[in-house]
Amino acid sequence: MSNKIEIHKLDLHYGKFQALKAVDMPIRERSITALIGPSGCGKSTLLRCLNRMNDLIAGVKVKGRVLLDGQDIYAPGVEVPELRKRVGMVFQRPNPFPLSVYDNVAYGLRVAGLRTRARTAEIVEKSLKGAWLWENLKDRLDSPALELPLDQQQRLCIARLLAVEPEVILMDEPCSALDPIATMKVEELMMELKKDYTIVIVTHNMQQAARVSEYSGYMLLGDMVEFGLTANIFTNPADPRTQDYITGRYG
Amino acid sequence: MERHFDTELIQLKQQLLKMGALAEAMIESAVKSLVERDSAKLEQIFRQEQEVNSLQLAVDEDCLRLMALYQPTAGDLRFLLGVTKINAELERLGDQAVNIGEIVERLLKEPQLKPLIDIPKMAGIASSMVRDSLNAFVDRDIAQAQAVLLLDDQLDDLRNRVVEELIEFMTREPGSVSRAVQLISVARILERIGDHATNIAEAVIFVVQGRDIRHHSQQ
Repeated sequence: MSNKIEIHKLDLHYGKFQALKAVDMPIRERSITALIGPSGCGKSTLLRCLNRMNDLIAGVKVKGRVLLDGQDIYAPGVEVPELRKRVGMVFQRPNPFPLSVYDNVAYGLRVAGLRTRARTAEIVEKSLKGAWLWENLKDRLDSPALELPLDQQQRLCIARLLAVEPEVILMDEPCSALDPIATMKVEELMMELKKDYTIVIVTHNMQQAARVSEYSGYMLLGDMVEFGLTANIFTNPADPRTQDYITGRYG
Repeated sequence: MERHFDTELIQLKQQLLKMGALAEAMIESAVKSLVERDSAKLEQIFRQEQEVNSLQLAVDEDCLRLMALYQPTAGDLRFLLGVTKINAELERLGDQAVNIGEIVERLLKEPQLKPLIDIPKMAGIASSMVRDSLNAFVDRDIAQAQAVLLLDDQLDDLRNRVVEELIEFMTREPGSVSRAVQLISVARILERIGDHATNIAEAVIFVVQGRDIRHHSQQ
């Protein structure tokens, strides 16, 4: 399996504070990579570098390279909206638009200039099916998205992403607002999605990282302490700091 | 940070060591009964086996409970897996001591065949292998675990010598066959005890380093 993304010597400063220190990490195509580490370690910052979400924050300086299919996404001339279409993001709290279920999924298509009604309907259906929502919602496409249960809202946000055909899906604590059953549904969906997409997830839930990911990176104070196969990290980590964190001794 | 889980692991370890001490004492008493031709300790060995058996159940139950409740990872997970393996080996050690004890009961009904030399030597090596493998577990001492693995060859060689010698004995004196066969069994049991200690030492290496060296695997 090849690398979808390669991160080389990535530094990030928020003003004078260095949040990422020479981070190196590969992200394998069509697999789930988990970023773990204590709060403030830089894992969400690293995640947001992958589609240049940090550009929106004043005072952020990024050095180093992030290659998506071999092309540096920080190179001059990169179209950031186009990048964010290829590398989409799901957030901690489901954030559907205050629109109908249908319009949430169709929104990105309209922004992208798709005007034909039949084609839009086709993609909405395919995206809702991809997020395991079609059976639940096919008769309620006009309902307000904000009235759905939280896990359906989260999966609607995933459907909204799928509609614009991303290649990489970034997930920042996607289950932290969900109960265990809803969490399980999202995890199962992730495992289905990785057949077609490359997924990177930030999670505080160690068991979630262990359950869903093939690769894990453990971060501490802006350093990538250890990166490797999740099965190895959770049975025989190479670095004592990783061991302390995943066994709950850290802190 | 001290975890509540650590307290549980320490308690589990103590239980396993109690079992180890029992198994060790049982083996020593069994061999002593044979060498000194004294049946006084045999009853005690049979009683202690019951104790080892119930400890085995308790240790396994604890491991299962800790795995389910704490979902351990990394070193903690390897520790619990190691404890279940060592637990099974200790229970078998107890059984082997009883097997020797039963043979001794029969042998003591007949006159001594010959003064024993190599069998006590084997017993000494086997006992120290058991003791050292348990110490290696307590101290997380890889060097000591590896030393146990090396002793196993000496035990195998001695066993072969004992068997050869006793076969010669039987050929010369047909009247010695039943006693010689029993002594061969003792030698084989002592060799098996060395194998159990070897398994414990291998489990220690797995617990400490995450390397599985069984069957000479290269991982």
